[in-house]
Amino acid sequence: MSFMPDFALAAPEIWVAAMICIVLVADLFVPGKNSATSYYLTLLTLAVAAWLTIDAQWGAEAMTFSDMYIADSLGVVLKVAIYGLAALAFVYSRDSLIRNKLMMGEFFVLGLFAVLGMMVLSSANSLLTIYVGLEMFSLAMYALVAFNRNSGTSAEAALKYFVLGALSSGILLYGMSMVYGGTGSLDLGEIAAVAAADGDNILLLFGLAFLIVGVAFKFGAVPFHMWIPDVYQGAPTPVTLYLGTAPKVASVALFMRLIGDGLGAFADQWQTMLIVLVILSLAVGNIAALVQTNFKRLLAYSTVSHVGFILLGLMAGTEEGYAAGLFYAVTYGITAAGAFAMVMLLQRDGHEIGDISDLRGLFQRHGWSALVLLLLMFSMTGIPGTVGFYAKLLVIQAAVNVGHIWLAALAIVFSVIGGFYYLKVLKVAFFDKPEGELEMVAPGGYRAVLAGNGLAVLLLGLFPQALIAVCMAALA
Amino acid sequence: MENYYIWIPLAPLLGAIIAGLGGKWIGRAGAHTVTILGVAVSCVLSLMTLYQQYWGGAEPYNGTVYTWAVADGINIEVGFLIDRLTAVMMSVVTFVSLMVHVYTIGYMAHDEENWPAGSRAGTNSYQRFFAYIALFTFSMLMLVMANNFMQLFFGWEAVGLVSYLLIGFWSARPSAVFANLKAFLVNRVGDFGFLLGIGALLAFYGSLDYLEIFDAARAQPGLTMEIFPGVAWSVVTVACILLFVGAMGKSAQAPLHVWLPDSMEGPTPISALIHAATMVTAGIFMVARMSPLYEMSEVALSVVLVIGAITAFFMGLIGIVQNDIKRVVAYSTLSQLGYMFVALGASAYAAGVFHLVTHAFFKALLFLAAGSVIIAMHHEQDMRKMGGLKKYMPITYWTMLLGSLALIGTPFFSGFYSKDAIIEAVGASDRIGSTFAYWAVLLGVFVTALYSFRLFFLVFHGKERMDEHTRSHLRESPLVVTVPLILLAIPSVLLGLYAIEPMLFGDFFADSIYVDEANDVLAVIGSHWEGVLAFTLHALATPTLYFAAAGVLVAWFLYLKQPDLPALIRQRAKPVYKVLESKYWWDEIYQYGFAGGGRALGYVLWKLGDVAIIDGLLVNGTARSIGRAAGVLRRVQSGYLYHYAFAMIIGLLLLLTFYVGGLKGWF
Repeated sequence: MSFMPDFALAAPEIWVAAMICIVLVADLFVPGKNSATSYYLTLLTLAVAAWLTIDAQWGAEAMTFSDMYIADSLGVVLKVAIYGLAALAFVYSRDSLIRNKLMMGEFFVLGLFAVLGMMVLSSANSLLTIYVGLEMFSLAMYALVAFNRNSGTSAEAALKYFVLGALSSGILLYGMSMVYGGTGSLDLGEIAAVAAADGDNILLLFGLAFLIVGVAFKFGAVPFHMWIPDVYQGAPTPVTLYLGTAPKVASVALFMRLIGDGLGAFADQWQTMLIVLVILSLAVGNIAALVQTNFKRLLAYSTVSHVGFILLGLMAGTEEGYAAGLFYAVTYGITAAGAFAMVMLLQRDGHEIGDISDLRGLFQRHGWSALVLLLLMFSMTGIPGTVGFYAKLLVIQAAVNVGHIWLAALAIVFSVIGGFYYLKVLKVAFFDKPEGELEMVAPGGYRAVLAGNGLAVLLLGLFPQALIAVCMAALA
Repeated sequence: MENYYIWIPLAPLLGAIIAGLGGKWIGRAGAHTVTILGVAVSCVLSLMTLYQQYWGGAEPYNGTVYTWAVADGINIEVGFLIDRLTAVMMSVVTFVSLMVHVYTIGYMAHDEENWPAGSRAGTNSYQRFFAYIALFTFSMLMLVMANNFMQLFFGWEAVGLVSYLLIGFWSARPSAVFANLKAFLVNRVGDFGFLLGIGALLAFYGSLDYLEIFDAARAQPGLTMEIFPGVAWSVVTVACILLFVGAMGKSAQAPLHVWLPDSMEGPTPISALIHAATMVTAGIFMVARMSPLYEMSEVALSVVLVIGAITAFFMGLIGIVQNDIKRVVAYSTLSQLGYMFVALGASAYAAGVFHLVTHAFFKALLFLAAGSVIIAMHHEQDMRKMGGLKKYMPITYWTMLLGSLALIGTPFFSGFYSKDAIIEAVGASDRIGSTFAYWAVLLGVFVTALYSFRLFFLVFHGKERMDEHTRSHLRESPLVVTVPLILLAIPSVLLGLYAIEPMLFGDFFADSIYVDEANDVLAVIGSHWEGVLAFTLHALATPTLYFAAAGVLVAWFLYLKQPDLPALIRQRAKPVYKVLESKYWWDEIYQYGFAGGGRALGYVLWKLGDVAIIDGLLVNGTARSIGRAAGVLRRVQSGYLYHYAFAMIIGLLLLLTFYVGGLKGWF
């Protein structure tokens, strides 16, 4: 046995960490307008990281750094999804950042730090790695929310997010300490072994409740969702876009590693707790969204309800359920990215879209964007033909297969309620009389990405098999 | 070999998408180029398929292209069943469609004149029109190429949708909007039956796949169901009749025919393509495709036979009193569709499909020729304001003459062979209703000849009744219009001569159409078959030919020799005219009976059920309580950090109590 850890296995993380330093330095010294160098370097970083990850880790089942880091297929799927969603966020953000004079290299540095944190989280095999990854990504996110230093709301949102985040980290850490006390190990494999042998360990069970709260906060599940609407609305939209997409996948990673792998033996116990969270999230998310007038806030509450669905899949505690939750998180990320991009790229009377009513006349002015919006909203509702339908179908199927039929029925009832506010958005965009100025401010390239985003939602809905197969393979 | 099949429907779809979504950027020329290209590709590939299936000796292809979902063992998929029947339909659809696409360039050239100034729907309407007809071609191909009912239904509804869009294409005209709504609603009735039929098959045979259903039906021919307790109904009969209800809607058979004449509000190219040559024949195709099922039910076939016969004769009669040039052709279509169903009902599926093919060519020709006249007349469609157009429009005149001769069944023209075969087949059939059907189709020949040549003489001969301004602008239509006319005239004349032997009496359809030996009337006729010439000469000894000749003669006498006579007859035979002119009052029955009754019932339900109970108690009640709940949630979301943190702690406590308590059995 060698004492030298296998660095090659963690090549993607090392590469991203190195590139963060390079981007930071390059941003200081390479001249150029609007941090173009940093932007392209960031995209390059993500692309190469994707290649490294798939090349080195797909199908592997290896550990390094004293078994604190694991390289497996699940990690690959999680990470590649995170790269993709992060890249989408960076691409969409650029134009908005430049327009609002917020384009600084730090955006990309912080963004990459968050990516690195999520990567570490995705490959964690010990409580310590999990915590390090979680904090690395959370701290970067707090800073990003405050990115618009001159805006009061931005600062307020960041502060709220930070304080509540710190509180949840504390709770999570407290739970971890109990788990450590109960098992005497930080290693998830060993924790799992102890948990399987000693199913009545009250300390472990107590710790589990705290861990669930920590995870639920990251997801934004009710009643740990309070930060979501305020932060989504207060943060600069590019940050909201980022916050609303990749971290959802990272939250699935957190759940999978900490609860699914580590405490899988206690499935009966955490299922009960997740059911409570699912019901509350679906109910509060959907009902609160009904009365929102602000589009970003509407999307925030809709996120809460989607979290309910993701948790519904994870709750099943089966491979099928995990795969369904993963599929849901990834496809929701793609859909939400498009929806937030819509907010950024459309301007009414020189301002970003604020209220839903600002969308009136979109169909008459920009038929293409309206069509994309239609696809995105349909997907969020879960209308067949779009990917959202399959996402919902899979989680509901997973729940039914473990016998929670009434819960599945409840989820369907709430998605019908959800249909109302998504369709309301479309009603405004398609049928309300256009007045005032409604402009698509972004240059053609962004529109092409947006159109591609809408098309992806449609194509994944028509040909979902490949992505489903990947999600299943990750968990097999 | 199979790998190119997918491109047959996809090529027009791509054209439709490009022209429809990118119409603004690619312009008029771009739109018609891309759609014509798509349909041309599809047409060539279809003809290739036909060649391989018939001459190349290729095996029928039955395979799945794409599975969208599997739910409870039922596959929802796209699959193709390509055999000779399909290949014939594909070739007809794509060829006529191609002709119509080319023709449309000329017909829609000045489409902006058809819209009110500054109308939004009127911008890029030319591109939109091309997108629609290419989309139609895609839908129709999906329909005929299907190997399962789900896709058939998709195609069925998709052609219906495009038909709806195109009938109301000039959406600024109230009459067009009325007509497309009517078509839509009437088709709903048919589609409801169709869907029930599919549901019955699925429920009892557990599959949507054609061949699996055929096998299952053959395996248990005596299967029955009880709709009303105590009465056992044969599943096959019920399913076949329900499917036929769908066909009645789509193929406009009485009493669901009322939408087709009104559909003439749409631009003429689509009247030719959708409402004459292809979509309306979907019902005939469907019944022929399902021949293994229909053969198992004498009752269903009798229903088909009688409904077809009623339509064939009585709709033809209405055609005699119409004055709108397109409406005459529309009633003629109804009547000819009736002929096709009569053939199907007599188990002479091959004859029905044969008539479908020849009819597609000559009826498309007649419509396009009528359209050519309408272009020349500046969108005047009243025949009473035409006359003597022969010298202004020679090409239209001659092609229309050929089309009319084919329609009335003149020997050596395609329509003669297909129609004569139907009449002979019905004569040879001993099914219930076949005697009635025989007389209906026989007398129908006279009626057909009468209205066809009434139209012909009124438009092209006699006095020039148009105003001076129109007369001065009369001229032959441009090449894009006349070339399709000429190309369509060729098969209208020649096809029957060559195709009758293999199609009806040879093994052209091989296994794609199944006829029970006891019902095979075509085989009976075939036993006397001594070649085309003998068949043609034999016509001299049957009444059919003399009925047709009499029809032409009467038309000539009434409208050329003694043009004052029709008015006199109209006066003398007023009640008969009244019946025909009001089209047997079907429209009134539907409008006052069904629509009016429906509205009255709706009003009661609205006032009583909706406003009082549902709105008042349920919806508003629910909405109010949800609204209240949302209000509470809004207050909870106060914006104060300590409230949020407090909620989290409470949440943690609740989870802990709930969970540890549950564990310890406190609840």
